[in-house]
Formats: sequence, C-alpha cells, structure tokens
Amino acid sequence: MSEKGCCSPAPNKPRTVKVKNSSAPEKQCCCCSVAEPITKYDLADHWITGELETEKGKVPVVSTRLSFKDKFGAFKVRFNIGRMKYQINPGLYAVGNPDSHSPVMVSANYKLTFDSLRKELDGLNCWIMILDTKGINVWCAAGKGTFGTAEIINRIEKTKLSEIVSHKKLILPQLGAPGVSAHEITKQTGFTVAYGPVRACDIKAFLQADYKATDEMRKVKFTMRDRLVLTPVEFITAAKTVLFILGIIFVVNLFAARPFVAADLLTFAAAMVTGTIITPVLLPFIPGKAFALKGWLLGLIVTACMVWLNGWFAVNGVLLAIGYLLVLPSYSAFLAMNFTGSSTYTSFSGVLKEMKISIPPIIISIVVGCIVLLVKAFMR
Amino acid sequence: MKHKYLKDVSTLELSTDKCIGCGKCKEVCPHAVIEIENRKAQIIDKNACMECGACMNNCPVNAISVHAGVGCVSAVIRGWLTNSEPSCDCSGGSDCC
Ligand code: SF4
Ligand code: SF4
Repeated sequence: MSEKGCCSPAPNKPRTVKVKNSSAPEKQCCCCSVAEPITKYDLADHWITGELETEKGKVPVVSTRLSFKDKFGAFKVRFNIGRMKYQINPGLYAVGNPDSHSPVMVSANYKLTFDSLRKELDGLNCWIMILDTKGINVWCAAGKGTFGTAEIINRIEKTKLSEIVSHKKLILPQLGAPGVSAHEITKQTGFTVAYGPVRACDIKAFLQADYKATDEMRKVKFTMRDRLVLTPVEFITAAKTVLFILGIIFVVNLFAARPFVAADLLTFAAAMVTGTIITPVLLPFIPGKAFALKGWLLGLIVTACMVWLNGWFAVNGVLLAIGYLLVLPSYSAFLAMNFTGSSTYTSFSGVLKEMKISIPPIIISIVVGCIVLLVKAFMR
Repeated sequence: MKHKYLKDVSTLELSTDKCIGCGKCKEVCPHAVIEIENRKAQIIDKNACMECGACMNNCPVNAISVHAGVGCVSAVIRGWLTNSEPSCDCSGGSDCC
C-alpha cells in the first residue's frame, strides 16, 4: 500500500506555503505514476488556505478561523436540516507552518469536530491526522470502535506519518479513549499516545504544560449550554413522528362527536416541548435520577397547567383531563428518556434498568389515556 | 452542578492484584471514577461510572473489566427489536450520542 521511496529526492525541504488561488491543484509529482496523495483535498474548499510541501507530498493547510459558511453548516446540522453527510476526507492536515518536530493531533472526520478543533489552534504550528470515522464525532465513533486502534494504525501508515515527523508522539482527544488501546498502538507502530483534554479549548494549555492535562481538563461536564445545543435535534426528531399522530387525529375528527381542536394540539405540543427541550435544559435541577422520572414530573406539571387553562377540570371536561394527564406526562417521560443518548454520563446498565422499570407503566398509561380520550371523542 | 445517575448499576471491576499502578485508567476516565493510591488504582466513585470502557481498553495489564456499552435508549430499543447488541445509529452523520 505504501509506495515508499521513488519521489524522495524531492527538494531539500523548502517547505513553502503556497497561497490559495496561485494555481490549480495539480499533481506535480515526478516519477511515481500513481502515488496516492497523503490527503485528498480540494483547494476550492473555503477552509483550506493553502498547501504545504512535505517530503512525502502535499498536505492542505487549514484555516483556524470559522467562516460564516462553517457556522451556517453547523447550524444546519444542529437543526437536522438536510440529511447531508457533514464530513471531510481522512488524512493529514497542517495548521500554520509545521515541521518534523511539530505535534500531531488526531481527530475524527466529522466536520463539526474538526471545526471545533481547528478554531482553537490559532497561532500554533501542528499537524492534524484525521481518521475515517464515517463522519461521526469522536465520542460516538470511539463507542463504535471506528475511532480506534486499528484505524489509527492504518492511518499512520497511509499518511506516512513516521516519515513526515521525526518524533513518535500522538495527541488523542481523551473522549476517543474508549475505542483505543494506547499500548497496542505503541506496540505496533512505535508511536506513544498522550490523551489530550476533553475540551478543544484547553489544548493550548495542555501543550504548554508539556502534554499534561489537569484533572479539571479530564472531566466531562455537561453544562446547560451543552445540553441546549442538543435539544433542537431532539425536538425535530420527535416532531417527525407527530405527523403520524396528526394523521390519526384527522381521521378521528371525521367521525368524532367532539373533534380535537387547537386547544388539544397546544396541550400536546407543550408536553412535547417539555420532554425534548425543557427537561434536558433543566436536567440537574429536576428532582430524581432517572430521566424518565424527571420528564414525567415536569410533564405532569405542564399538562396540569394546560388542562387547567383550557378549563378541562370542569365537570364536562373531566374525561379530557384524565385522558391527557395519563397520556402526556408519560409521553414527556419517554422523550426525556431518549435524551440519555445525548447525555455524557448515563451508563448502559443504568439506562437498561431505567427502561425496564419505566417502559411498562409508560405504555400502560398512554394506552389507557388514549382509550379515555377516544371515549370522550365519540361520546354523544 | 454535578450530574448523578442511577446508583449501584455499574459493572466496573478492578483487580488490584494485577494492577501495576501506571495511572492510565485515571488519565482516560471522563468522570474521575478512579484514583491512584499507594501505587494502586482505587475505585473512588463507582456511581459516576458511565461504562464507556476507556479504562479497560487502556489498561496494559487487563486489570479492569467493565461491560462497556452505549447508555442510549434508542440504541437499546434497536437492540431489542433486532435482537442484537445495542448500537447507536450514528450513520446519518448527525450528532446522535
Ligand atoms: S468505564 Fe469509563 S467512566 Fe467508568 S471508570 Fe472506566 S473510564 Fe471511567
Ligand atoms: S491502567 Fe491498569 S495497571 Fe494502570 S493503574 Fe489502572 S488498573 Fe492499574
């Protein structure tokens, strides 16, 4: 796979940074007919500012500023608009003007991950080795094993890293550790692994401290802001199933004596917002430990308020009140439980236990509640 | 504010006999579950463990075992439906878990 050697009498390391627009990306390699480029890239991409000549071929230089396009792309991903693959090509990238002594950071080929890394590297000279994680962030990919020992070893070979840098040190994001066995990498490639901080913003401090992360840098936090940016996807995913429910309501309304009206839909929407947005945001402040319980509690409060506002606690609305108080808090509970997938502290065993305890009552109460609501709808 | 999840569920186990006190497990743990005391690893906050498996995979002498998995409801449901190991469906490219 690695065709070593033939190009090597290349210039004596005049590592020139070419400025963009100077020329079209052309293969200037001499003899080796089909030398695989270290990294496949397109100079037209706005985040690539130039290219760097190394002994083994050209490497793209990336910007440490995020442009409007990067931010807009991130926004679209957060809101789940357009199911595009937001990924970049695996390979080696340069930041600043690195040489054979510059540090090498390893990251995933999910563009959001890559963006949040490069924007913290302003003023540094370093290499970024991007793994092929199928466009998935470091944490998820480590769980699946695509950010893992085998891919790192494979990528070191493909990028000819050991000939581009003279040292034997990789910096991995700590969140990649579940997929990696550092001692295996050392055994097979000679590269040692230093686990960097959890958050990209601590990288400079980490480098200055001689590759030492403080205990604080090693801890995963899950701040309100972290949680808030995750909620739109939760909401939109839930909203997609709502179309199905609206369809059923439409059919029921054709025959119902008391059709569902705007007030019903608003009450439902409130429960949905409670489960997908309010519960995640307020997470640590809501009593209880299980996500389902937290969602149910808030759902109960919100639904009770809505029922009261709609005047359904009156005698002729009491079936509606019972029905909704059975269905909606359980629905919020289920949505809140889904947020375990986005959280950074729930364990598999914990989630399993929570599900085994909470799913049966959730289903029962939703089914009974729906029956009550249908009785109300068809009662003359 | 510190997050707390269900207690006494983690499958994390440490064999102090095998441990050589290298400290890798402490280094990779995102929840400060492990501390090194007297040149041996100690589990100091088991309830904070999220079973990510980082400590197990990075221990050079296999002194740690944990049933690593994703703590994600939709992954578990998918596992039940397809009768397989739970796994995330991150293939869509979005930020799932
Ligand atoms: S499994 Fe993960 S969270 Fe649990 S002790 Fe090991 S590294 Fe820490
Ligand atoms: S990684 Fe293994 S050997 Fe090293 S301190 Fe932890 S348990 Fe002990």
